[in-house]
Amino acid sequence: MSSSAEQAITVLRHKDFKSDYKPVWCAGCGDFGVLNALTKAMAALELKPENVAMIAGIGCSSRIPAYTSVYGFHGVHGRALPLATGLAISRPDLTVIASGGDGDGFSIGGNHFLHACRRNVNMTYLVMDNSVYGMTKGQASPTTEFDWTGSRLSPQGTGQPPLQPLEIALAAGAPFIARAFSNSPNDLARVIAEAIGFEGFAFVQILSPCITFRPEQLGWKKRVHDGFEPADSRAAAYAALAADDGFTTGILYHAPRPAYRPPDAPRADLDRIERCFEVLS
Amino acid sequence: MNPSSSPQPHPSISLAVIGSGGAGVMTAGQTLLDAAAASGLFGLMTRATGPQIRGGEAAAILRLAPAPVECQDDRLDLVLAIDWNKAERFADELILDASSRLIVDPGQGDTPAWIQESGAELIEVPLGALTREHRGARANTIAVGLIGELIGLPAMIVERTVRRILDNKGAKLIDGALAGLALGRAAAGGMARAEHRISPVENPARRWLITGNEAVGLGAIRAGIRFCAAYPITPSTEIQEWLAAHLPEVGGSLVQAEDELASINMCLGASFGGVPALTATSGPGFSLMVEALGLATQAEIPVVVVDVMRGGPSTGIPTRSEQSDLNIAVVGAHGDAPRLVLAPNSIGDCLTTTQWAVQLAEALQSPAVVLSDQRLGQARATIAPPPSRDSQASRRLAETDGRHYARFADTADGISPMALPGQAGGEYTATGLSHMVSARPSASGRDHQHQLDKRQRKFERFDFGDDWADVDGEGDMVVLTWGSTTLPAREAVTRVRARGQAIRLVSVRLLSPLNGGALSALLQPASRVLIVEQSHGGQFYRHLRAHIDLPGHTRLFNRPGPLNITPGQIAQAIESAALEDAA
Ligand SMILES: Cc1ncc(C[n+]2csc(CCOP(=O)(O)OP(=O)(O)O)c2C)c(N)n1
Ligand code: SF4
Repeated sequence: MSSSAEQAITVLRHKDFKSDYKPVWCAGCGDFGVLNALTKAMAALELKPENVAMIAGIGCSSRIPAYTSVYGFHGVHGRALPLATGLAISRPDLTVIASGGDGDGFSIGGNHFLHACRRNVNMTYLVMDNSVYGMTKGQASPTTEFDWTGSRLSPQGTGQPPLQPLEIALAAGAPFIARAFSNSPNDLARVIAEAIGFEGFAFVQILSPCITFRPEQLGWKKRVHDGFEPADSRAAAYAALAADDGFTTGILYHAPRPAYRPPDAPRADLDRIERCFEVLS
Repeated sequence: MNPSSSPQPHPSISLAVIGSGGAGVMTAGQTLLDAAAASGLFGLMTRATGPQIRGGEAAAILRLAPAPVECQDDRLDLVLAIDWNKAERFADELILDASSRLIVDPGQGDTPAWIQESGAELIEVPLGALTREHRGARANTIAVGLIGELIGLPAMIVERTVRRILDNKGAKLIDGALAGLALGRAAAGGMARAEHRISPVENPARRWLITGNEAVGLGAIRAGIRFCAAYPITPSTEIQEWLAAHLPEVGGSLVQAEDELASINMCLGASFGGVPALTATSGPGFSLMVEALGLATQAEIPVVVVDVMRGGPSTGIPTRSEQSDLNIAVVGAHGDAPRLVLAPNSIGDCLTTTQWAVQLAEALQSPAVVLSDQRLGQARATIAPPPSRDSQASRRLAETDGRHYARFADTADGISPMALPGQAGGEYTATGLSHMVSARPSASGRDHQHQLDKRQRKFERFDFGDDWADVDGEGDMVVLTWGSTTLPAREAVTRVRARGQAIRLVSVRLLSPLNGGALSALLQPASRVLIVEQSHGGQFYRHLRAHIDLPGHTRLFNRPGPLNITPGQIAQAIESAALEDAA
């Protein structure tokens, strides 16, 4: 039996969605939990690996595509969303998942985040938020607390309020918004599966500790609590955010609206298009 | 020497309509060009505008002839000024002399000194007053009627052209325009002069009216481009607009991206998925794209970037031409990042070169840059329909059996078969990191060198054929140029030949990789080489020097933008180079 025929009748387990590359992540990094939950979600959804593409920018978290056995694209810093957008629009048959860190997504890639939320292409965006730049060894990110003095680049703290990804996603028009925690594997896998199944742009902020540069984030375990109920009105979602301490998990907002589709114009052949240039007398 | 006295390749008439932006100058120019084409003539219209949207200066500069023309002449026969608003900005551009005629409205105030000093014959026509004779007649349609009559365009054809252009604008507007034409024709009474009339051609062959930017769009679609993401920027926006209208008709799509970083990365995403992709931009946007060009090189993903060059650096001169993005196109990226750089050298060639660029990008799994410019992109011309290059682009695809697919496998020609998402057994992760043949990231010097060698080999082993340059004529003297500067150079060479001098024109289309061997073989036997380019720093000259030994007799004639280099200037440069030779 050929391997593809075998695949067709074999239900893949979550380990089958992992590649044989050993992650470069530090032992204990929150990103391992994300990889596990993601592969579980893909198995639960019975996706075919060849029909999935994982797209990332640059950062520790952005290495995740290579650790899965699906198609992947590890691009340049901050540009995961445009890569994913181009792929998802031109290949609507694929399941497209963009992923990366808070620095990649909200700092250098911040503008793309706003526009991906409002453009609403059918894809999923997973941000592994550790409020730090892990890969460049511990600088403040847009979601870092204003008084964190652990970085040599901002020894007095940033003095700036941390950016609120969920509020921004809501304001920018994302139709699916959730928060999850990398250390709650089943909840995380469930949220990821819902996000992937959602028809449109689904954004999941995943609290994912960097144990190397922010070891105190191990304490997130005690602070995380569920609480978001999927709101279908913006007013309810804003109210939930007003009461949020930054550690509430669950689906905040779930309000389907038609996903972006390129215009479907009547077919014309090349000859007809070229005739527009013909000189008429 | 007065260039206007040089022999012309064929009779032509040059004219301009000038006025404030918004006065309908461009519509007047287009109407005249279209009507001339419909009468069997060839022609070219160049847009000259300031950066303002409305209220600034605008000029439609036309040259009409019974045979194809692709560049403006050195001087103008006829200028019609609808108003004088900021017209002094054209002082360097609208070259008038004693045999030129200038139609002005006395109601518009004093004729500027620089015009009076030219010695041109002034003819007063009360354009403003005439518009009051018929409600709905505008000065620009009066101008069309007047000029059409002076140069001998059949009134019927001019009217039909106006009706066609205003097709769905309503009966009132059309009536006004037709009345304007009639007023203009009447005003021309008794002014016509034989040397300013051109006779329409009987039963002309098939011709197209097209701009360089539209030709790029058509070339892209012909080659199989089915995705475009772009961010508006002058003077490239018309490419994006044309593709937005026509890509969906052939099953493709266009996205207006949030910026150029997004544009090119969206294209890379689509191309990774197997859909040929192209983006169009100009200098400032191109600068933003170089990081992603490096990614395309490293991850071996085809993508085409059309840079419609304008004056630089920085925001520069958005509405005017220059050839100063050559450096960044060839080497603008960190690391050793070889890529394809091509340049069209005529309006029709915008189509064929773009098509070729797509084919090369797909075949070599490489980024390709097409360097057009404002002079080509925004000019509208009557051309013979470009021949069709039948073959669509094709990419070497992998057959995968699910066992050992190595995305960056070493092959004799350096090109590795590519698996596409959706294809079982081909799953791999494309990466901008240095990698092994398997695509697995690697910091090993050996892997790095190996992939650099492999990618370089793609360019060295590929057979680019004969299209790398257009070589025209024989002769001891060679004029060597590229891109839009080829247009005036071609005419200059024709003029010089008409005086009996043998001369060869070489216009390089494939700028990178440069076909150094063939180029050297053309240049070494020449007794004199003149390089002509529109950049301040001699970028083309330096690029050539980096790759080949130029003969000792090589001279450089370069000018920055925004004023176009004219045939007369080049003819003069050729002559002084030849005199120097004789001395
Ligand atoms: C254009 C560019 N600028 C800077 C960098 C350096 N850089 C690499 S990763 C990174 C930040 C990553 O932080 P984050 O996205 O939060 O991911 P983490 O490593 O924490 O998972 C930076 C600044 C780069 N690779 N490219
Ligand atoms: S530095 Fe932080 S984010 Fe990066 S792998 Fe280590 S723990 Fe994870």
